[in-house]
Amino acid sequence: MTTAIASRGERYASDYRALIESFGSDGASWFTETREQAWAEFARLGFPTVRRGNELWKYTNVRPIDQAEFVHGAGEVEQVAADLVKSTCPWDDAWTTLTFVDGRFQERLSNLTKQAGLRAGSLADAMHSDRAAVELHLGRHAPYTGDAFRSLNTAFLTDGGFVQVDAGAEIEHPVHLLFITSTSLASRATYPRILWVSGENSGATLIETYVNLAETAQLTDSVAEIVVGDGARVRHYRVQIEHEKSHHIGIERIYQSGHSTYTSTSYATGPAVGRYDIHNLLDAPGGECTLHGLYLTTNRQHQSNEISTTHAKPRCTSHQFFKGVLAGRSQAVFSGKVVVAVDAQKSVAAQKDLNLLLSHGAEIDTKPALEIYADDVKAGHGATAGYVDPDAMFYMQSRGLSADEARAMLVRGFVSEIVDEFEPEALHAYLERKTEEVMPALLAAAD
Amino acid sequence: MLEIRDLRAKVTDGDGEDILKGLSLEIGTGEVHAIMGPNGSGKSTLASVIAGKPDYEVTGGDILFEGVSILEMKPNARSHIGLFLAMQYPSEIPGVRPWQFLKAAMDAGRAARGEDALSVRQFSKIFDEAVSHSGINPDLMKRSLNEGFSGGEKKRNEMLQLAILKPKLAILDETDSGLDVDALRTVADGVNALRSPERSFMIVTHYHRILNHITPDRIHVLVRGRMVRSGGAELALQIEDEGYDSIIKQAAGA
Repeated sequence: MTTAIASRGERYASDYRALIESFGSDGASWFTETREQAWAEFARLGFPTVRRGNELWKYTNVRPIDQAEFVHGAGEVEQVAADLVKSTCPWDDAWTTLTFVDGRFQERLSNLTKQAGLRAGSLADAMHSDRAAVELHLGRHAPYTGDAFRSLNTAFLTDGGFVQVDAGAEIEHPVHLLFITSTSLASRATYPRILWVSGENSGATLIETYVNLAETAQLTDSVAEIVVGDGARVRHYRVQIEHEKSHHIGIERIYQSGHSTYTSTSYATGPAVGRYDIHNLLDAPGGECTLHGLYLTTNRQHQSNEISTTHAKPRCTSHQFFKGVLAGRSQAVFSGKVVVAVDAQKSVAAQKDLNLLLSHGAEIDTKPALEIYADDVKAGHGATAGYVDPDAMFYMQSRGLSADEARAMLVRGFVSEIVDEFEPEALHAYLERKTEEVMPALLAAAD
Repeated sequence: MLEIRDLRAKVTDGDGEDILKGLSLEIGTGEVHAIMGPNGSGKSTLASVIAGKPDYEVTGGDILFEGVSILEMKPNARSHIGLFLAMQYPSEIPGVRPWQFLKAAMDAGRAARGEDALSVRQFSKIFDEAVSHSGINPDLMKRSLNEGFSGGEKKRNEMLQLAILKPKLAILDETDSGLDVDALRTVADGVNALRSPERSFMIVTHYHRILNHITPDRIHVLVRGRMVRSGGAELALQIEDEGYDSIIKQAAGA
């Protein structure tokens, strides 16, 4: 261990101790033991900088995270104006919105519209006031063991969203968990946490948004656990608007009960080191799981997608479909995994990853992995990566479009398939706007 | 309107010889010219070179549009000054609908000429009228441009774009190939409806069939990259009756 690494470890450790002390005697002390174990796990593992032989981190270099100096835990929370939130984030007054700035719940920037059958609030509050409900699920689906980022998130867990949907309830308007990183510190690490529990036969929509307003190296290490009860339906939208100097690790663990339906569409613009790590466990027959997403990278950004579904029980259906647009010398990874257990007969699984490369320096590593142990299963996968079609370019230019206009049109057409899956109008309009905003950076780094 | 002077062209960065070996022709304003010839004669190459397709490079000669050389102009700039190429194999543009594409094309041309963009309503009116006149199935307009269109539908869509963009010079590259009788009539009707003293057409075709419906002012026959014969509309009858061989023999004898 070099001195540099030792001092980084010390920095993390002292920030951790400061955080524990700041909780004092009040802070949901029932969780402290888990916290300490998670911290010990992180100290044991360190960041996954050794990639050779490490299948999960082969294509992703986390050295920039390992070598950075982040301020963890508290620090000053910047006062972000409500106007700024509405102009930089997706917003609809009809949604029930919980806003977090730098990891802390901000009631004044939230819109706590009551909806019958919905209980949504700060996780930190719930850890005091509703311990049993939280303890039942927290850490059960995304345990701290075996992963540096899960263990770090658990150790530094400060706040996040806790949402419960009552059995049989139909929640009309989306629940929006909005996490904003402010410009208050040059290099801050935040650890957003989400716990969502859908009761039997309920229906609800979750919008999970991360907007980074800073143009410096921030770290977001978020963990979401989503529990979908028997016959329940969850529509999940995840939005990641990142800056190319920042890092973003987004971990999602979904547990599905019988005949439940979970559909997720994600949209991500490139951080320096980004990882979307989502895993669904279909743990009862008849479940349906759809994981769709779009990633846009340019310059030297990196976005890795670990998309994984486990069919533990029979007659479940899963569908993974991702699209990527890559420019500059950016890199994206699609590691799509489907595991079908030996008794999971009549499972149906499909997987597809399509990529549009705007430059010859961009790189996509697409790694489909099907592990099938049952014998009556339908599973298929496919991946493509293609450059812009020169004939299509000439066709459009011959009608009067410039090369940039033609490329932009092709990109818009390509991404529309995923962007159009975002149904809430305000969210769809927001993402169309964001796509236009990132377009110049994509085109500038095109061949 | 169009003057081609001793044009030579070959495949870009290719080692082969010139595909066009010194072509000259002139198309006056308001005229309809047909370019005919056997396979491999360079007809489509000529159309592509005039439109500025990067697959080909000009190795000699010039192309003048309204007196100005266009060789240094990019394909979109050529479109802005009034050139249009209806393609033999139109590309599919996934996720982009015809309305969207054409409005963007029209706006780009108007901007280049210093005109205001059309409003959504103004453009929709033009678009809807053109769709109903074109014979194209309106349901196709809900799909992505050319995606899943049959050959005939793609050609009709090219004619639709022609009707909307109203170019000064429209080059139709083998527009009639692969069309059934009805589709052929639609294409011919589309051309005839747009025929005017201010507009010229260059119809590149292998078969004489379309010339039964569109009467050209002049016919040029290309063989192996060279113009071997130019004549009036009656040349089509000779090709119909005797094939290209007779033309080639006459040219050799001349």
